[in-house]
Amino acid sequence: MESTSRTFEDNARKALIDADLRRALTKLGHGFPVKRRMAVERLPEFEGLRDAARAIKEDVLENLDFYLERFEERVVEQGGQVHWCVDAAEANQAVLAICQEAGARTVTKSKSMIGEEIAINEHLEANGITPVETDLGEYIIQLRGEPPSHIIAPAIHLSMDQVTETFRQCHDGLAADRELSEPRDLLEEARAILRQKFLAADVGITGANMLIAETGSVAVVTNEGNADLTMTLPRVHVVIASLEKVVPTLEDATTILRVLARSATGQETSVYTTFASGPRRPGDSDGPEEFHVVLLDNGRGAMLGGDFHDVLRCIRCGACLNHCPVYGTIGGHAYGWVYSGPIGAVLSPGLIGLEEAGHLPNASTLCGKCEEVCPMRIPLPKMLRHWRTRQFDRDLVPPASRAALKGWAFLAKRPALYRAATGLAMRLLGALGRRRGAFRRMPLAGGWTAARDLPAPEGATFMAQWSRRKGARP
Amino acid sequence: MTTGRETILGNIRKSLNRGPLSAERAAGPEHRLKAAKPNLVPARGAVEGAERVALFIAEAEKVDTTVSRVAAAAEVPGVVAAYLAAHDLPTALKAAPDPALADIPWSRQSTLAVRQGGPEGGDEVGVTGALAGIAETGTLMLVSGPHSPTTLNFLPDTHIAVLTTGAIDGTYEEAWARLRAAGSEGPEGAFMPRTVNLITGPSRTADIEQTLLLGAHGPRRLLIVIIDDQGP
Ligand code: SF4
Repeated sequence: MESTSRTFEDNARKALIDADLRRALTKLGHGFPVKRRMAVERLPEFEGLRDAARAIKEDVLENLDFYLERFEERVVEQGGQVHWCVDAAEANQAVLAICQEAGARTVTKSKSMIGEEIAINEHLEANGITPVETDLGEYIIQLRGEPPSHIIAPAIHLSMDQVTETFRQCHDGLAADRELSEPRDLLEEARAILRQKFLAADVGITGANMLIAETGSVAVVTNEGNADLTMTLPRVHVVIASLEKVVPTLEDATTILRVLARSATGQETSVYTTFASGPRRPGDSDGPEEFHVVLLDNGRGAMLGGDFHDVLRCIRCGACLNHCPVYGTIGGHAYGWVYSGPIGAVLSPGLIGLEEAGHLPNASTLCGKCEEVCPMRIPLPKMLRHWRTRQFDRDLVPPASRAALKGWAFLAKRPALYRAATGLAMRLLGALGRRRGAFRRMPLAGGWTAARDLPAPEGATFMAQWSRRKGARP
Repeated sequence: MTTGRETILGNIRKSLNRGPLSAERAAGPEHRLKAAKPNLVPARGAVEGAERVALFIAEAEKVDTTVSRVAAAAEVPGVVAAYLAAHDLPTALKAAPDPALADIPWSRQSTLAVRQGGPEGGDEVGVTGALAGIAETGTLMLVSGPHSPTTLNFLPDTHIAVLTTGAIDGTYEEAWARLRAAGSEGPEGAFMPRTVNLITGPSRTADIEQTLLLGAHGPRRLLIVIIDDQGP
């Protein structure tokens, strides 16, 4: 997908006046975070499980080559194939070749962020193959030609009325006056249409939540059951996964699953967790005849051991989005590319370039909530800061901000001068603002005062008050 | 020409500042794979006997599964017929040709029409066995095989799974141990069936305005019939 991250500021402004989006985001804020908290409170071992999950992924990253080779061995033993792809173009090519080999005309797909990352649908369409998304949310946004606005709830930004409108427009051959006024009506219509697609597809493409080195299995999690129909009914099953998805054993996968659903939706576990290992076996009456894993690097190998190493532990649960005040205010589309929220702000500059996605690491108050809830304990704020530093070092920061930062750095390195300057400023602002208690306008702070008042300081800096009070302590 | 595989493994090793793992350094991960062992296991599932069955039922019911308990396989047809009648459902069943279901005397319930096999278009009610139940989250573990087609777990609107109390484990780790033991004759790692389905409740979605709806793409309802095999 084409990124619009460069126009982040405009995107965000538009998001702020989108009434449907506002309603959806308010609902989101009252939904997932509350359910997550309840699930966490029910499981006394939750914090320990986070530590265990992190330790598993650290071991994986340290021995990534070993586990991937072992995974491949097992897949091959079971009659499957692994396609190692350096970048998006190679992965698209590999998937297309498999589909063409199978003579595929339609392909069913279950939700895959890697599929979004490499834009596989566009590639298949350009080559005459029709991909059909089967996750309900993903299906809706495919009809609308939109990217997902949330890692696990891709159509979270839409109201029911918008979905109704889309179905009326896109579903030909159904009675124009049919009842579509309840979510249930919409689901039934989509279920009936997609059931036919499942049965007709030549190839099924799924993502993977994990790859199990011990058994050569692919673990896929859904609530709808769409991944299972996608992988079981067509003649060919293609899995697209990035390489850091590998874990050693079934027990390790279990530990990660225990934190995944709870962090994501607040469920104890998702409805369907499926471990698929290779193609149909002798005697089986169903299952795919071919099993392919398209393994994508796309710069991840190069991230190992560097500033962004820790982000490779991510299990795409979406908790950091659900708890982010910025995501909660502007939604996912404003971020302008596939990944949104804190994880998107960390991943996107690495994947599409800092020039393109440079706004994203700055769209954060660094409040730390994302790191607090991240089941894999990924220090997201620290990584946002790494990007900001690189931006500064590479001269990608606008001149005004650069000058301001330089000025601030000059003062910050001279504590006496800093105290004198801030002390003076506080006294001055305190005196000027005493009458109203706040400023409506402030030079250099127009962005702040455009939407709210700036409270007037009370007349002394924190440092000054601190040293006074310390003296007064008993 | 270097292959994608070599490039990718090379990139990883370069980032990690090393070549391929030496035999000595590979011993750690090698052992981890060979002797797969549990990590931290929540205490919730550490219950036995009647308490374990009760936990399984309570957790399953929390996620909209219906659970019925019977004293013997002979009672299964009656419970199934009553469930179908209560939900106004068709009485034609497709049952997996699973030996674990062989003891169920379907013919005693004259209202039911039971056929064996995988699903064909139009099957509305599917009956399957299950390798295990997992009490911790009220989850079923189903495995594929000649006698247990995976599609039967997903295509029919109503899924009925039959399970004995002895097949209910406390935790996922116990269920994996059961699975490993069931396929222990094969070579290392080869105990794994083609498909293992962990199923917790009927299919659902909340993709339209975060409204929870059952019956997304998989079954709309799930009935688990538990047969007591541990005496009273
Ligand atoms: S960064 Fe953490 S919280 Fe965010 S999606 Fe990844 S694992 Fe979940």
